[in-house]
Amino acid sequence: MRTRSVIYQPHVIVVLSLLVVFTVAIVSFSEAAGGFLSTSLVKTLGMTLCLCLVAIAMDLVWGYTGILSLGHFAFFGLGGYMIGMWLMYARTEQIVIEAAAGAPLPPTPQEIQDAIGTQIFGVVGGSDIPAIWMFAGSLPIQLLLVVLVPGVLALIFGWLAFRSRVTGVYLSILTQALTLALSLYLFQNENGLRGNNGLSGLQIIPGAEDVPQSRISVYFFVASAVALGLGYVLSAWLVSGKFGSIIRGIRDDEARVRFLGYSVEHYKLFVFTLTAVIAGVAGALYYPQAGIINPAEMAPIASIYLAVWVAIGGRGRLYGAVIGAAFVSLLSTWFTGGRAPDINLGFYTIHWVDWWQVLLGLSFVVITVYAPKGIAGIFDVLSRPAKTSARPVKTAEKARAS
Amino acid sequence: MQGTEGVTPPFIIMLRSLCLALLCLSVPLLGPACAQPAPTPIEEILLQNSDLIEESSRRTIEPAIAALSESGLPEAADVMIMWRDKELWRRKSDGRFFRIEPTDDRDTYLMKSLVTGEEIGPIGRRDVDQIKPNSGIRGLIDGALVQFQLTDPNPSVRRASLDSLARDPSADQLPILRRAIKNEAEPGIKAQMARIERLLTVRFDEDIEARIEAIESFAGDLGVDVRATLNPLLTTVRKAIREDPDTENVAATLTPGTDAFSYDAAYDFLVSQDLAPKTINAAARDAAIVANIENGSVAGIPVATLDTRLARDAAYDKLTENGAVSPALTEAEREDLVDTFNFFDAYREDPQITEAVLGTIGAINTKVRLNEMADLSLDALSLASIYFLAAIGLAITFGVMGVINMAHGEFIMMGAYTAYVVQLFIPDRTLSIIVALPLAFLVTFAAGVILERLVIRWLYHRPLETLLATFGVSIALQQLAKNIFGTQARPLTAPDWLGGQLVFNDVVAISYIRIAIFVLAIVFFVLLLFVLNRTRLGLEVRAVRQNPRMASSMGIDRERVNMLTFGLGSGIAGIAGVAIGLFAKVTSELGQAYIVQSFMTVVVGGVGNVWGTLAGATLIGFLQKGIEWFNPSNTLAAQTYMIVFIIIFIQFRPRGIVALKGRAAEA
Amino acid sequence: MSTLLEVSAVSVSFDGFKAINDLSFDINEGELRAIIGPNGAGKTTFMDIITGKTRPDKGKVTWGETNISLLRKTEAQIARLGIGRKFQRPTVFEDQSVFDNLVMALKKDRDPVSALFYKRSTVDIDRVNALAAEINLSSQLQRKSGELSHGQKQWLEIGMLLAQDPRLLLVDEPAAGMTVAERRHTTDILREAATTRAVIVVEHDMDFVRQLDCRVTVLHEGSVLAEGSLDHVTNDPRVIEVYLGR
Repeated sequence: MRTRSVIYQPHVIVVLSLLVVFTVAIVSFSEAAGGFLSTSLVKTLGMTLCLCLVAIAMDLVWGYTGILSLGHFAFFGLGGYMIGMWLMYARTEQIVIEAAAGAPLPPTPQEIQDAIGTQIFGVVGGSDIPAIWMFAGSLPIQLLLVVLVPGVLALIFGWLAFRSRVTGVYLSILTQALTLALSLYLFQNENGLRGNNGLSGLQIIPGAEDVPQSRISVYFFVASAVALGLGYVLSAWLVSGKFGSIIRGIRDDEARVRFLGYSVEHYKLFVFTLTAVIAGVAGALYYPQAGIINPAEMAPIASIYLAVWVAIGGRGRLYGAVIGAAFVSLLSTWFTGGRAPDINLGFYTIHWVDWWQVLLGLSFVVITVYAPKGIAGIFDVLSRPAKTSARPVKTAEKARAS
Repeated sequence: MQGTEGVTPPFIIMLRSLCLALLCLSVPLLGPACAQPAPTPIEEILLQNSDLIEESSRRTIEPAIAALSESGLPEAADVMIMWRDKELWRRKSDGRFFRIEPTDDRDTYLMKSLVTGEEIGPIGRRDVDQIKPNSGIRGLIDGALVQFQLTDPNPSVRRASLDSLARDPSADQLPILRRAIKNEAEPGIKAQMARIERLLTVRFDEDIEARIEAIESFAGDLGVDVRATLNPLLTTVRKAIREDPDTENVAATLTPGTDAFSYDAAYDFLVSQDLAPKTINAAARDAAIVANIENGSVAGIPVATLDTRLARDAAYDKLTENGAVSPALTEAEREDLVDTFNFFDAYREDPQITEAVLGTIGAINTKVRLNEMADLSLDALSLASIYFLAAIGLAITFGVMGVINMAHGEFIMMGAYTAYVVQLFIPDRTLSIIVALPLAFLVTFAAGVILERLVIRWLYHRPLETLLATFGVSIALQQLAKNIFGTQARPLTAPDWLGGQLVFNDVVAISYIRIAIFVLAIVFFVLLLFVLNRTRLGLEVRAVRQNPRMASSMGIDRERVNMLTFGLGSGIAGIAGVAIGLFAKVTSELGQAYIVQSFMTVVVGGVGNVWGTLAGATLIGFLQKGIEWFNPSNTLAAQTYMIVFIIIFIQFRPRGIVALKGRAAEA
Repeated sequence: MSTLLEVSAVSVSFDGFKAINDLSFDINEGELRAIIGPNGAGKTTFMDIITGKTRPDKGKVTWGETNISLLRKTEAQIARLGIGRKFQRPTVFEDQSVFDNLVMALKKDRDPVSALFYKRSTVDIDRVNALAAEINLSSQLQRKSGELSHGQKQWLEIGMLLAQDPRLLLVDEPAAGMTVAERRHTTDILREAATTRAVIVVEHDMDFVRQLDCRVTVLHEGSVLAEGSLDHVTNDPRVIEVYLGR
């Protein structure tokens, strides 16, 4: 009987220790500490940690609960937008106030508002501050919105979808439609979020302009690592007890869970909303490191990539999601960044910038077909090679199939 | 006379020409002493008006043009055209008019008769003057020429001149046109003349009754020209007067202080009409304050406290009291001033005219709206047929195999690229399309079968994983297309006979390509209904869809059915690709643009049913166009609303419009 | 004994096919009842209606002392009212251990928050162990249920049903695919269960029904053909006609 705390589960211990070691290593070798790791590399690694966090959320909702959501990267983006609004507004406000200090008359509040409006919305031909920026000047409220906006959206959508028992492929397509609607909405210039310009300059933290980016990158890296650690422990706690049993039951046989007396819809809604919130938090940590957010980031394809990471890493295990997100996103950066060496075949030179997508797509097909457990499946083979543990999963699938 | 320099006084020229005229008139009598023919009647007219022609002033030229155009001489039009085109020359010695042709010798020209074009003889370059009418005169000549063209024996000339007249009408053409109608024999041209006559009457006639009659004759006419003629009659001018506007043709009265017309706007209008003194705006106020800063305060108020509007207004008032700046009207005073005026928009035209126009335009607009609906329905229908073609393959595979093929969009793209490649080899557009359609089907059919054999076969009963695996295929294919064909759009040109559009009237039109796609969609609809309901394969497909286990136990080879179904679905995607490529850009992202809509179509329509897909495509096509109708400026918003609508729709019909019921639905 | 469940004049049709036709049925508390009928008689649809999976076109289904209508309730709500259902095919959560399967079924608050903060008490563990003993799976508690044999899975599912502590058990072909010894044990479990609650068993196997020794309802073409003791119904000429006549 497992009665011990979730903290003592082996995978939690391993992941947390690795995370601590990794964080300490990066911090001590960072540029800010006089090390050799460049600021941009620290940022990339910090962003990768955020992607791992959203991948965990995806794993909870898909790998454990069986809802293939193609919308969680949109929640990630929404979190980014919410924090981005504060970053942009507060910084612009400071610039405007500084500029006004040189003027002969002290500025009226209206003048400050107008100047901020022109600065931020000039690119889309506006100068009025839209109503949705009402709280942009307040960090606590925007932080709250980082959680609330994705959460409430997921709650409403999930309530509608789960209530009418939309499941499986239908649900996936519906979530994809939601994502598309959201990104199309954000692409409009009139929406008050600067259309396809998105929000920019997010790497500059208002009130900390004097702090060099090398230090800020380390702060965000540590914050991302802490968030990932907390997210991991929270998720491990969720999936380990009776709750975890129930959601895995929903994944494998929804009707059976229902006949046991559980309101499947409530569980799905709970997981869907909670993971949307986690995704929002991850996004809020990611985009200040990326420096810019625009609607293209939230296109439906981004959410599918999220599923790809989790699938490659190994769904249904939290560490699988972490491995997949870190491995694939870093590899993608490496290949598409043009740093991977080209392969000269004599008659044709493979430029990885061009061929990486092809390789990714095909390897994804291969993994889905031949290694449904993903990279994390390797650990099974390593840890208990003697046991014939691969069978039951197959039979489970067959049973579900017929 | 050679070598005469300087200006010749006009009266001498007149005298001289008279003498010459007399001289030459008498030439036949005088025998061969005068080596050229006497002036023809048209030349006479020119000679009579030669001073005016020489003077070349827009103000005085009218009689000369009138003399020519009313002469009734057949060659008058030609001469006027020569005049306009600066081909008229005048000999200095006797003032007679000729045509001139340059010769090999730079200093000599060849003179030709004005009327016959007969060569008369050489003349020195310096001995002739070219008549150069300015643009104003050329315009007058053109206007006068219209009557000749309108009565030209050649119908195409008459038509062309009618067209130019309709493009650029003027008041003086009205009588000419009316005269021309009487003599016109050809009914088509006569009708067109009558129509343009009525349009001109509306605009230029002096008689109000005639204008009203003409206006009302256009009721229900959808022509763009009618609306272009009528609408300007309704232009208004904004006015502000202190009296009651009884004598004015008021279109709308404006009440200051409403949302549409604020006090500020009203006051600004008064200022613009010089009916009120200018106010001082915030910038000017601030500038005045800044100009009066002394030792960190303005009129005794510290600058640092001036961070609100009220504080600044107070400071300005203080400055006014001190006499440092001129006073500005307070808000209350401005409103009082505004209230003494009546504001309204008045029509420029007479009330009788505007009443007739409003009635007629109202009727026209109702009809235009109805026709726009019809046009929109055509658009929606063509959009629906595109969605149908794009989605039907998806619906078949989804319905029969429970498999969502995310690479379906890439199969569409593949079809479009196939057509592009075919066009590289077969330059004839028609032939290349005829070859491309079956070839695209074959290529994507093969691709579908390969995908089914290599990937999907292993993933039956794991639909979510199929979705992801085919997504992997999708990104690989997309990048592959980019690597092969590059990122820029490739042209896929439709044959010329698909080029134009079928025009019903000025409002309703549809391009032939869209009609062709509509026909293609219908063909495939019928074909699929036939294949599914009347063939062995269709029977097997339906059996597998309804009860897979039963079907296999009855000896149906499920593997084969699945493979063929998938191939068929993919093949239709290829055909859809050719169709879409004809009007959209062929890029590697072509399929992506349609895939989500295709999914929506399948989901809304209901799975595995040709009728369902038809219903879904129709609903989505009409919905999208309908939303665009309400919000025409913003297609992005239209798509957003549409998706939100679909999400809500799924609430009420989770299994789509045409849903399977009972055991089959739960299998 | 009072009526626990009353189904009156219920009809349902799929695409014009009448699966259930004006069917009336009731069962008392603590009663054991067997339902038999040829294929397509509407047995499964009948259970679907009771458990809320299928909504009837007309008719009433009422439950308990206060005659609550079940028609507007979801499957989960009906299950929480005390109706447990075992499916024809054994459906257990194959990816999870026998223990976890049983814990999930234990009668506890069913909302997500309670599930999240659920801690196993010794009472619960004792209850699971007792159930496991009853269904002969004490030694298999930590095994993944997917690794169990077919019969063991059937027992596990019955065990999960018992763990729910329902007032009415709906059991669809519990003995299918079982050995003779396993059947006997299954009969024991069901008869034992019927001492404290109502049990409806849908079964094809006449021997099994005979062992249950209870009232029998015969369904045919969506309505009740006959009802009574097994001997009574098997002697009914209409029943013979239905079973043997074709």
